[in-house]
Amino acid sequence: MLWNLLVRSVRPHGRLLLGVVIFQLAQSIANLYLPSLQADLIDKGVANITNGVPRPDIGHIWHDGGIMLALTFFQISCAITAVYFGAKLAMRVGRDLRAHVFAQVGSFSEHEVQHFGAPSLITRTTNDVQQVQMLVMMASTFFIAAPFMSIGGVIMALRQDVGLSWIMVVSIPVLLAAVSAIVVRMVPHFRRMQKRIDAINRVLREQLTGIRVVRAFVREPVERERFAQANADVTESALKAGRLMVMMFPTVMLVLNLSSVGVLWFGATRVDSGEMEIGALFAFLQYLMQILMAVMMATFLFVLVPRAAVAADRIGEVLGTDSTVVPAVNPVAKFAGKGAVELRDVTFSYPGAEKPVLSNISFVAKKGTRTAIVGSTGSGKTTLVNLLPRLYDVTEGQVLVDGVDVREAALEALWSRIGLVPQRPYLFTGTVASNLRYGNPKATDAELWAALEIAQAKRFVEEMPEGLETEVAQGGTTVSGGQRQRLSIARALVRRPEILIFDDSYSALDTATDARLRRALRTAVKDVTVIVVAQRVSSIIDADQILVLDEGKIVARGTHDELLESSETYREIVSTQLRAEEVA
Amino acid sequence: MSERQNDAPVRPQPRRGPGGHGPFGGMQMPAEKAKDFKGSARRLAGLLGPEKVWVGIVILVGAASVALAVTGPKIIGNATTVVYEGLIHGTGVDFPRLHGLLFWVMGIYVTAALFGLLQGLILNSVTQRTVFKLRARVEEKIHQLPLRYFDQHPRGELLSRVTNDIDNISQSLQQTLAQLFMSALTVLGVIGMMFSISWRLALIALVSVPLTAGIAMMVAKRSQKMFVAQWKHTGTLNAQIEDMYTGHALVKVFGRQKEVEARFEEENERLYRASFGAQFVSGIIMPATMFVGNLAYVAIAVVGGVMVAHGSLPLGDIQAFIMYTRQFTQPLAQLGSMANLLQSGVASAERVFELLDADPQSDDPSPAKSPRSKHGELRFENVSFRYVPDQPLIHDLSLVACPGKTVAIVGPTGAGKTTLVNLIMRFYELDGGRITLDGVDISEMTRDDLRARTGMVLQDTWLFEGTIRENIAYGRPDATEKDIHRAAEAAYVDRFVHALPDGYNTVLDDNASNISAGEKQLITIARAFLARPSVLILDEATSSVDTRTELLVQHAMIELRKDRTSFVIAHRLSTIRDADLILVMEEGAIVEQGTHHELLEAKGAYARLYEAQFAAPVEE
Repeated sequence: MLWNLLVRSVRPHGRLLLGVVIFQLAQSIANLYLPSLQADLIDKGVANITNGVPRPDIGHIWHDGGIMLALTFFQISCAITAVYFGAKLAMRVGRDLRAHVFAQVGSFSEHEVQHFGAPSLITRTTNDVQQVQMLVMMASTFFIAAPFMSIGGVIMALRQDVGLSWIMVVSIPVLLAAVSAIVVRMVPHFRRMQKRIDAINRVLREQLTGIRVVRAFVREPVERERFAQANADVTESALKAGRLMVMMFPTVMLVLNLSSVGVLWFGATRVDSGEMEIGALFAFLQYLMQILMAVMMATFLFVLVPRAAVAADRIGEVLGTDSTVVPAVNPVAKFAGKGAVELRDVTFSYPGAEKPVLSNISFVAKKGTRTAIVGSTGSGKTTLVNLLPRLYDVTEGQVLVDGVDVREAALEALWSRIGLVPQRPYLFTGTVASNLRYGNPKATDAELWAALEIAQAKRFVEEMPEGLETEVAQGGTTVSGGQRQRLSIARALVRRPEILIFDDSYSALDTATDARLRRALRTAVKDVTVIVVAQRVSSIIDADQILVLDEGKIVARGTHDELLESSETYREIVSTQLRAEEVA
Repeated sequence: MSERQNDAPVRPQPRRGPGGHGPFGGMQMPAEKAKDFKGSARRLAGLLGPEKVWVGIVILVGAASVALAVTGPKIIGNATTVVYEGLIHGTGVDFPRLHGLLFWVMGIYVTAALFGLLQGLILNSVTQRTVFKLRARVEEKIHQLPLRYFDQHPRGELLSRVTNDIDNISQSLQQTLAQLFMSALTVLGVIGMMFSISWRLALIALVSVPLTAGIAMMVAKRSQKMFVAQWKHTGTLNAQIEDMYTGHALVKVFGRQKEVEARFEEENERLYRASFGAQFVSGIIMPATMFVGNLAYVAIAVVGGVMVAHGSLPLGDIQAFIMYTRQFTQPLAQLGSMANLLQSGVASAERVFELLDADPQSDDPSPAKSPRSKHGELRFENVSFRYVPDQPLIHDLSLVACPGKTVAIVGPTGAGKTTLVNLIMRFYELDGGRITLDGVDISEMTRDDLRARTGMVLQDTWLFEGTIRENIAYGRPDATEKDIHRAAEAAYVDRFVHALPDGYNTVLDDNASNISAGEKQLITIARAFLARPSVLILDEATSSVDTRTELLVQHAMIELRKDRTSFVIAHRLSTIRDADLILVMEEGAIVEQGTHHELLEAKGAYARLYEAQFAAPVEE
């Protein structure tokens, strides 16, 4: 998956990749030439042994030095260019991946979003893309240079002297083996450590969240014990991982240094016998160093790959998931404009589920009427109302708005008729005004205040430091739950929809506010079709029709009075809430 | 488990993995600055105090390792000179001497490696122990802090201090402590050796230091600005992503999808440009360092070569110098990248110290008094309290809750109802007056005693990640299986637990997809049942449950309330209707007290609230 993802992401930027490769190659070659030049400098310049007598040629020294200097400047320009291309490539990959994932999630229906969960999707779009991006960045700077340097280094070393090459044959694998052994053992320890860090963080999180309960139930000793255990676990893992990490540097240095000693030892013999020049000794030492360094760097970087692979998998999952709600081929954009809603024999199951959430639901909500839906949790109420704006698609049956099947409708046209007040009111980053205008950017301030008044939110917005222009924190956490709900209601009202959907939107309001709100709504939205999902009977007592849902089926329907007579279930629900006298 | 919506978004932290040896610095978040760097750094170092002896050993062993490593190149240089001498003088290489030198060097290197390893291992243990103790101290502090502290600080921030910041300190300590000392020593040692060989060459080599430092600083300044820009755009983009994903349905149904996508593309492009700039500029450091190193290499090769040609320098010293240059540029670069890490670590330490310095709650009185009976009579006597000095809340409140009776507290939001609970459980201290339980002032009891006698069922169902059985038994760890079952039955938990595949061993996880909200509430009621308190507090416990389970919850609560003094804060007037005493609160004061019928007749605040439950169509 990682490979596929990388190939797909890098392909459109092939030229950048080519640039990286070319310039990394160039700078590697430059780096690799320096020791050879130095060897020449020593052999022909400093020593210049002819017939056993040294005859230093200073001019030659300067000459070689000049070339080396030029090479150095060449090297840095190539290196910087390589970084330029590499950074560009990596960041482009990141940008493109983010855009792909975002667009894909944008096309999702509610089902896919719930399946992954919004927090997970956020992580996948941010952290996971970041991981892959980092990998491309590292790869284009080090991964590409490493093979050039190591293979090139081997070649150059052989050019200097073939006889010593066996040292490389020994030391390179030894280094590889040592570093790999350490890294391979280290990675599982780090993974375990990460898990244990997650565990200890979870314990702390629970303690912080439930501090009242912990204290109320006098559970500090137990909690502290849990924590102490988790702390010991983390420390144990960290110790083990740390020990391995500590071994890395001394091991590498030792291999490097001992190899150098080997070169000198055996090289001396060869120089003595005339098979090798002294300058070559210098060069060989340099090359060995360069090769081993390159190998080491590559090994370190391999550690990044597993994590990026996991990230790539997660991204791939999102990209590979198609939305279950497919826009219509020939969308119908015109509606008769009445706002009538009908569900015809609707059945809905989640994809892959055995039991349907809704079965054979049929009802009609005429324009301007109030329909209420009650039932226990899990009876499918929210799913039902989510069918209207096509947040989910039915498995069987039809959802019709003004006679048009929503699956045939142009989504924008459909949505422009609907005002949704969801169960969990979410406010966007911005101001109170920008949130209220969310469904109707052209609304005037007067319209905003009118909606606020109906939603019983006028007073607290007036009391806010900047009124309508007060900043709202992300998610709306700077206002209380009840205030958020009322703002959410006002937002839907500003949109002036033909169909208003309230999904248990009164739950955070106390009964007095609830009552005032309903009274205000009744007069303000006379021609609007209202569909309400509610827990409190008092919220729906005046509905034109009430549907009682149980396990996905409508078990009773009618007005409040009719249901009191006909439905045992309804009576039961009511009796838990109303005054005794009323029930009688 | 609950309150998930109110979680502050946890910043996506770039996790640093193993292999922190390469000079990969500069590719992470710019370090946040500590407010008092010196002070906090000193305090952070002070944490190592108990490990003084070990730290001393580490310093000694480390110094020895460095000293050894630093002599290596010189001896190798001498060995090279031996070879060269053999060549020039035509006598052939003096192998015994050469081999002697090489044996020396091998020994030095092996010993240096062993010392290095030893030093690292000890330091590892020291660091881990220190972090272990720090974590324990922080957790201990959590249990000493008054509840006021938790209410005043956003939970996400506290959580970040206790988790992210400590992790950061741990990583900083691990990576900087070891390397800082060794790198600094190495650099000093190498410089010393270089000067001892040839001051001319040493100066040349050393020129690279200010050059590298200069480049690094220039790059750091430029890249810092870019990193700030990158993180700003990342923040904006992430906020957009979070908005779009969390409010996914709203974005669509309110017709904003196209606009959101356009804004995203704009910001994404801006982020791309900013991150490219940041990565490019910071990516220059490594090649630039290598460049300076190469320059030094060339200079040494040339100047050294000339000196050797003139006979003023043995050939091997060139080799030694080349090795020395490499030996000190690497630690130098590491020291540079460490600055960031250190800053970030000290900033984290500062935040953690702030937490540790916060005022703890007052100690339990000693000797503590304890009520002799367990009737559960609760009295408020002239109680006054306010959270914030300029916002009066409860003033001169007096009431009596007789044993076994139910007291209902009603009133609009913000009237002070939850506050009463906070005071009874002594989560907050009174400003005036006193509260007594069975005749004893609660501030004269130990907190544990008070809380053992009181039970709570809150609106937020706090359950932890354990089995259902463990959660029910939370209030009484010594409960028997029979006790647990009885409590579960009384709370109507038993019936749905049996429908679960793992029954009582079902683990409640964070998503808790197997248990509905109503069932969670029932579990908390079972927990309260098991704890058998003499005073029960039900804090708005019924409002988030659906109508069906509501019945069960109500019945369970009625059972729970039998023969217990109960304080009920609820919205449902049907519950309140049956209470023995109703307290009507408005803006912190009790405006009315009485039974349901008495209050209705009084036609005061209660009557108004009661009528408001029904809107117009239902005529009286």
